[in-house]
Amino acid sequence: MLVVLANAALIGGLIDICREVIAANADHLSELDRAIGDGDHGTNMRRGLEAVYAERSRLAYLPLPKALEEIGLTLVMSVGGAAGPLYGTLLIETGRQLAGSGDVDFPRALERAIDAVARRGRASAGDKTLLDVLYPVHAEVVRRAGLAGVAEQAERAASLTFGMKAMRGRASFLGDRSIGHIDPGAKSCALLTAAICRFLEEQSPA
Amino acid sequence: MNPKSANVGIVIVSHSPLVAQGAADMVRQMVGDCVPLAWSGGNAEGGLGTHAAGILAAIERAWSEAGVAVFVDLGGAETNSEMAIEMLGEPRSGRVIICNAPLVEGAVMAAAEASGGAALARVVATAQELSP
Repeated sequence: MLVVLANAALIGGLIDICREVIAANADHLSELDRAIGDGDHGTNMRRGLEAVYAERSRLAYLPLPKALEEIGLTLVMSVGGAAGPLYGTLLIETGRQLAGSGDVDFPRALERAIDAVARRGRASAGDKTLLDVLYPVHAEVVRRAGLAGVAEQAERAASLTFGMKAMRGRASFLGDRSIGHIDPGAKSCALLTAAICRFLEEQSPA
Repeated sequence: MNPKSANVGIVIVSHSPLVAQGAADMVRQMVGDCVPLAWSGGNAEGGLGTHAAGILAAIERAWSEAGVAVFVDLGGAETNSEMAIEMLGEPRSGRVIICNAPLVEGAVMAAAEASGGAALARVVATAQELSP
């Protein structure tokens, strides 16, 4: 679904819409983080996407796998918090998988990248992290749901973290009091996924 | 005490620059300059947080062929330190260990051990005895 569009317009457009959706929601993400964490998720993510945007003209002309890897590295170096290494690992690993042996398609690359994120964060499904969005999104990708379906699933999955008890990160220090709040990492992941899906849908031939 | 370059290095990573620097001051008081020592505190903008680039730079500053022991405070410090170690690349990444130990006590005890010329595994084990 993604691989056929590998070109500068695709990469540049993805960078633009990810930056826009994070900028528009940074305050909301920090607010979610203030409730159960240290309150900086929005500003951290915005700093990361601005750093990526600053490299846009270079990144857009790389082959897609290489661009994903370099965007991931930029996020690692700029976002900070746990989100930097987690989003960074997701993109670096997706890029490396796609660049590797020719038989790795996007769903398989995504699956391996999500596994790498889980190892990096030592987290599992249900721990109230961005994995609770990534796993359902991957499932939708595998069953070849349309882009709108993937976006909807991402949003739904993020809202389901409301009822979960945090098992990882600073929110886990709150124990049961972490229940009743949407996880900020899950929320940013859903926002980015939905924005990417909308963008790709607009790019697809009708 | 052994010359500085031969001893295991110590890196302190905190979300707070003040905590990181303060812990480093305490290590310095204990072992002087006979242990390579560096810290990284705060995010890329100097606020509370951690970032992999700063940690990577600290590991480089405290680099020793004998290896480096890293001390971290909260979750993001550990995750970003893991990332920084990977970016250091082989074979050096294999000689950097994140200690499961309290930041201040661990760093001071590890530095004391390192100042006597102990190997990385011994330095790490000494600090980790603090975390049963």
